[in-house]
Amino acid sequence: MTRLASANELAEVRERMLAGGNGSRPTISVCGGTGCRVYGSEQVWGAFRQELEAQGANLLLEYDIKVTGCHGFCEKGPLVVIRPQGILYTHVRVQDVPEIVRETILGGRVVERLLYHDPQTGAPIEQEEEVPFYKNQLRLILNLNGQIDPFQIDEYIAAGGYAALARVLAEMTPEQVIAEVRAAGLRGRGGAGFSTATKWELCRRNVLATGSGYIVCNADEGDPGAYMDRSIMEGNPHRVLEGMIIGAYAMGAHQGFVYIRNEYPLAVRHLQRAIDQAREYGLLGKDILGSPFDFNLSIKLGSGAFVCGEETALIASIEGRIGEPRPRPPFPAQSGLWGKPTNINNVKSWSSVPLILANGAGWYASIGTPTSKGTMIFSVVGRINNTGLVEVPMGISLRDLIYRIGGGIPGGRTFKAAQIGGPSGGCIPAEHLDVPVDYESLTSLGAIVGSGGLVVADETTCMVDFARYFMTFTQQESCGKCVPCRIGTRAMLATLERICAGQGQPGDIDYLIELGADIKRSSLCGLGQTAPNPVLSTIRYFRDEYEAHIFDKRCPAGVCKALITYEIDPEKCTGCQLCLRNCTSNAIHGEKKQPHFIDPEVCSRCGICISLCKFDAISVH
Amino acid sequence: MIHLMINHQEYEVPEGRTVLEACREHGIPIPTLCYHPALEPYGGCRLCMVEVTMPGRPPRLVASCVHPCEEGAVIFTDTELVKRSRRMTAELILAGSYNTPEMLALGEELGVKEVRFKLPQENACVLCGLCVRACKEIVGVSAISVIERGIAKKVSTPFQVASSRCISCGTCVLICPTGAFKLEEVAGKHNIEPTESGYRRGYYRVGGELDLHPDFVQDVSSLLKTQPPEEQP
Repeated sequence: MTRLASANELAEVRERMLAGGNGSRPTISVCGGTGCRVYGSEQVWGAFRQELEAQGANLLLEYDIKVTGCHGFCEKGPLVVIRPQGILYTHVRVQDVPEIVRETILGGRVVERLLYHDPQTGAPIEQEEEVPFYKNQLRLILNLNGQIDPFQIDEYIAAGGYAALARVLAEMTPEQVIAEVRAAGLRGRGGAGFSTATKWELCRRNVLATGSGYIVCNADEGDPGAYMDRSIMEGNPHRVLEGMIIGAYAMGAHQGFVYIRNEYPLAVRHLQRAIDQAREYGLLGKDILGSPFDFNLSIKLGSGAFVCGEETALIASIEGRIGEPRPRPPFPAQSGLWGKPTNINNVKSWSSVPLILANGAGWYASIGTPTSKGTMIFSVVGRINNTGLVEVPMGISLRDLIYRIGGGIPGGRTFKAAQIGGPSGGCIPAEHLDVPVDYESLTSLGAIVGSGGLVVADETTCMVDFARYFMTFTQQESCGKCVPCRIGTRAMLATLERICAGQGQPGDIDYLIELGADIKRSSLCGLGQTAPNPVLSTIRYFRDEYEAHIFDKRCPAGVCKALITYEIDPEKCTGCQLCLRNCTSNAIHGEKKQPHFIDPEVCSRCGICISLCKFDAISVH
Repeated sequence: MIHLMINHQEYEVPEGRTVLEACREHGIPIPTLCYHPALEPYGGCRLCMVEVTMPGRPPRLVASCVHPCEEGAVIFTDTELVKRSRRMTAELILAGSYNTPEMLALGEELGVKEVRFKLPQENACVLCGLCVRACKEIVGVSAISVIERGIAKKVSTPFQVASSRCISCGTCVLICPTGAFKLEEVAGKHNIEPTESGYRRGYYRVGGELDLHPDFVQDVSSLLKTQPPEEQP
């Protein structure tokens, strides 16, 4: 690869790629996101190569087989999309590959059994874009994830990548870039929702005053159930780079870092490769695209502490100190990395920047609500049919997100609540399903947009247990520097564990509220200031469940093991002995063909018997 | 100069002062645990919380030891909210140090009636970080640091073995507010021997025998503005 010395040379690369058929050639794109890889998509990819080769060598020349980034519909992985027809195949196994090649590639027919079937009507849906999961989304940041090979910078360029950067460097002043981001109304996607342009402006002013500064991409994603940042970096790392280079130009920084956790090896590899390629093309380094602007970027690996997603702890970690937050002020924009002005933005924020500069602030600002612009990516997990990554315009209702895109709750059960914003967020109950998903509306209900984790709970979820789970996480991840977070979260967790174990006492709820409010007010950093949110919001909306645990010693959802018993209905039990033979604690007794019974003293409440019983004879009380 | 209101009274303080420094200079009491005038502020114990209102903004609690004095700030050091916050924080400190006399006294002073939660393991160390910072900033040695995270956090040496960098000066022991610090664990038993006066601290060995002059101990104590612990029999 040769250095690109001007915007024209970048355009030439693009034209060369398009002339070579990129984007229009027949393509088999296999999802290479972490989820699909776990399902075996790498083997599927290999099987396609083998099968095409076996069917005739020229087929391999005709067809591109691509391993792309995460397509988002993780529930149905491994995913394969055949282009240009746009046919989506779900749950593709190695043994399905010969049939796909024979029928679809050679025969031009569709393999119906591998298509997505509408759960309500059972009708097969052929086109990827017609599947409700995709159809109701607005995929701006994730749009190229299923289409380009993240290892090939040329494919990103062919799709229009780096054009925004070229235009910025050639035609715009840094002030104009910041003005454009301000007009777009972009707000920080890391959770707090602070105006990105204001942050940039402050940093730029300090960089100009002191002569140097840094920018950082915060890729220390760590919420339970959230993986959109990872998927962006795996599937389209160049968009993150492009956003960062534009940002660096706007702020006058010449060195940037991507702080990414070591547990994301695939994302690290893709990002490193992207950085290397960008450097070879002269998109990083000296005189980028022939302009006088220099910028370098390197990766800093984190060791997976959740608290290092907090700006000041992240800075400490990059500097090689203990990942502990420090009080602000001074803010990183005033004194950050090695005392220099530093701007830190989330992966999604950086990725939104090229979109804004390429399509104009007016276009971006037309998406979303008056105060929350653009799109937000949620990772929708938990008790929901379509687990996956979802990109939607700000302001979409939670109901649409969960039912139209998420496909509703499995097994016909009813929606109970959604925990939005990960362990720092709060839960939104069914009565607020029509709330628009934007910064202000969610905050008013005790949740936050946060980094976009969305965990769905249904009637079989115990909300006390649910809150206990998130508290376990924050308690483990507290850095321990300040007292309220270190000991307070432990005290809250101990109280919740006691309630779940049936040893709750009157006054526990008041204690949790009092303690939670105090931790929020007096903790040093965002981790402690938000840690009580899951508990406080579940108390706010599901106080009756807490009371049932404490006063009636009853778990209404049938989850907390100390408060439930398993019982066999003698009317229904046929004495087949299936449960008896499989009971892990030998708690089930009974003669063959006679009704069995469970000894509650011995029973460990593992639930295996319920899952095995063919006669629906076992129930939880 | 910066002008601000503290407890309904106007004050003029030089630029660069923290709220705590300003209050102490004017005799306004604020309890602290991790603060020491000789050390960089840490903001960890959260006992020095005060209520700050900036014009046009809602009031909020901040740690006065690290919060700078800002022009036009309206500060209250003893509102009900402040007292409640300090009381709860003291209760949480007592959750781990429920038998430590100094902390019991602190709890009483701040109005803790009952300690509703206790950690299974009692520990006199309250992780104020004074020893770590003193070792780094005053002695310039950094033999100790905090290790682990969250509830497992503690003060220790690298790899939790006796430190070869420790000079057994005893500053950590002198500055510890609860007497939790065990110099033997840091310096290694072989580095600490009783002196003639029976004073076990402030003795170190580099190569051969070298007594640390008792004046040094006095100097360190005066620098730290605390009294040396009573001599042990």
